[in-house]
Amino acid sequence: MLRLEAAEITQDTFKLRADLSIERSRKYAVIGPSGAGKSTLLAALCGFIPLSKGRLLWQDNNITSFAPGNRPMTMLFQDNNLFPHLSVQQNVGLGLRPDLRLSSGEKDLVQNALSRVGLGDFAQRKPGVLSGGQQSRAALARVLVQARPLVLLDEPFAALGPALRNEMLDLVAELITETKASLIMVTHAPEDVRRIADDVIFVANGVAEEPRPAAALMDNPPQELRDYLG
Amino acid sequence: MAFSTVSISSKLGIGAAILVVALILAALLAVLWRAEFNSGLGPADWSAIRFTALQATMSAVLSTLLAIPVARALARRRFRGRGLLVTLLGAPFILPVIVAVLGLLAVFGRAGWLNAGLAQVGLAPVSIYGLHGVVLAHVFFNLPLATRLLLQAWQTIPAERFRLAAQMNLTPHAVFRSIEVPLLRQILPGTAALIFVICLTSFAVALTLGGGPSATTVELAIYQAFRFDFDLSRAAQLSLVQLGIAGGTAALALWIIPTVSIGGGFDRSLHRWDAQGGLQRVLDILAIGLTTVFLSLPIAAVVIRGVAGLAETPAAVWHSAGVSIIVALISIVVLLSIALPMAGWIVTRPRGGSEAVGLLGLAASPLTIGTGWFILINPVADPFALALPVTALINAFMALPFVLRIIVPPMRDTVQIYGRLTQTLGLGGWPLWRWMILPRLRPQIGFAAGLTGALSMGDLGVIALFASPDTVTLPLQMYRLMGAYRMDAAAGAALILLALSLGIFWIFDKGGRWHAQA
Repeated sequence: MLRLEAAEITQDTFKLRADLSIERSRKYAVIGPSGAGKSTLLAALCGFIPLSKGRLLWQDNNITSFAPGNRPMTMLFQDNNLFPHLSVQQNVGLGLRPDLRLSSGEKDLVQNALSRVGLGDFAQRKPGVLSGGQQSRAALARVLVQARPLVLLDEPFAALGPALRNEMLDLVAELITETKASLIMVTHAPEDVRRIADDVIFVANGVAEEPRPAAALMDNPPQELRDYLG
Repeated sequence: MAFSTVSISSKLGIGAAILVVALILAALLAVLWRAEFNSGLGPADWSAIRFTALQATMSAVLSTLLAIPVARALARRRFRGRGLLVTLLGAPFILPVIVAVLGLLAVFGRAGWLNAGLAQVGLAPVSIYGLHGVVLAHVFFNLPLATRLLLQAWQTIPAERFRLAAQMNLTPHAVFRSIEVPLLRQILPGTAALIFVICLTSFAVALTLGGGPSATTVELAIYQAFRFDFDLSRAAQLSLVQLGIAGGTAALALWIIPTVSIGGGFDRSLHRWDAQGGLQRVLDILAIGLTTVFLSLPIAAVVIRGVAGLAETPAAVWHSAGVSIIVALISIVVLLSIALPMAGWIVTRPRGGSEAVGLLGLAASPLTIGTGWFILINPVADPFALALPVTALINAFMALPFVLRIIVPPMRDTVQIYGRLTQTLGLGGWPLWRWMILPRLRPQIGFAAGLTGALSMGDLGVIALFASPDTVTLPLQMYRLMGAYRMDAAAGAALILLALSLGIFWIFDKGGRWHAQA
């Protein structure tokens, strides 16, 4: 379990408070108005922005000051999730070993992950020759080999068309269920929430609220959420 | 962002920076320690100081003023070969000084093409030696630099402004006054200051075209005190003078000197509606034509005489060529092992500040550092035996400021774009360099290495201080041949040196771009 305890994130004049827990094997959608601090919340969880107050606990261990690479999570960003100068195989391999000295067992792991996302024949290609959807799949293959307990998505599929985005979300949901990881995903689209989320973290007015069950919330939204959804 | 965006170790970078500062400071302290102040400066020293300031002022003013019509013409004309000409304007950067001097001698020298022409029409010959020769050579090198800087500034003028001028049907004079003069007022002082600083430490030009009591620069005086009189304390004293003049001016001028872009980015040419008239057209054609002739004739002369002279070149020239290649390669290795960690350290820090370390190499002239190190090495080892490593090291220091300017900005961009990705992957230390920074920056590293190699290959500076008969680089060998009036052999050597300098630049630059991924 990941717990954000009485946390405050400060960036210049912007302030976000959060006090919430992330349970194992559940999928969370982070929604809220633009500029409310959804990405900031993820960046703080991942260790890119320090907490100005409070603590971050993982299985009751304090990981507030851990470097991003040492946290039990991995993150996909809106863009630049792959190095354009490395092959797909190398990009995925970096998730296993930063020095890329892969044993044959690790190479098999990479190849299996690529096959799992449907890129088995693309191992030696560079990301530049792949389509947008294929690039997303390659990044997901890396998430798969990293096998962290938490996966954070900061709208990595925002640039894809609706059909492709649904395909990716389904793939993510499958992979997350298989690996029993937890998913925390920023999104703007209510239909994404219905599609894959178990719980919703609503971010507005400088507060990231405690997760609430997605289905109940979306069927019967409170006033502030109704204002946002329109 | 409070957390560092990328985990580049700053230890190596700080170490490299400290090494650079320590080696330069050690040289300065040695000079300070050895200089004797009781004698004061003699009349010859004062004359050297006066000449240094005079030639630098004239070179800066002439180069900058002449660059105005050329840059203006290049900015508003489009013609076949424009791109080539603009590229050529960057060539003096990697052109060995001594090769250019030989070319200038072939055109403007006693038996040169100009005097041959003058004799045809019955006029008295002109002499290239002395003040005007030194200034001529400096203009040859710095007119292209000034033109590129001005052209760069010209291209920052928004197209809308020229469109507006065209709509209002402004005369060329009005365009000049309303658009171009404000721009020139901004860029000219910095350009002139930069050229002034460069010319203050001029050595090879003064050595070959100056000399004598009336045309000796301080840098040349250091060499003469050192080499002819072997008067170390006088050389040290002059080095201090040089440090005061060049270092002081460089420090003062730093804030007005513009950013020198050595790379490309000049191919953009605006569509212009003004200056279509006859007179403006003639002026532009004259400016571009004369500059092209002025810059290409000496090079053509070197090639023509060099081909004829190749047969005359003694075996020693080929040996020196080998020495020069080794020196250049060592310079590249030294430079990259200093510049890359330093750049890595600089990009993890807020903008500005730390780049200044690299400029130390410019503030202290090569001969000042050379003299200092000679004083330090002399008691413990034979300095002449160390001529080549010392030359390679100082050449690398001289290239350092340029190389940092080439490498730091793209490295900063790379770290900004991929910093978070590297952090989620836990990419740090050597793997970070191996898998991200080096492959991302390969084109810039190749360009920087090529530039350093060419500068080091063509350098005639410290090697003149330290050289013994058997450790002679190609530029020095060439100078000796010229001194012995074996001009054909010297021309052959010049052609080889020219080919090597351009070749080493081309190989590394090309190597960096080869198969590089966008």
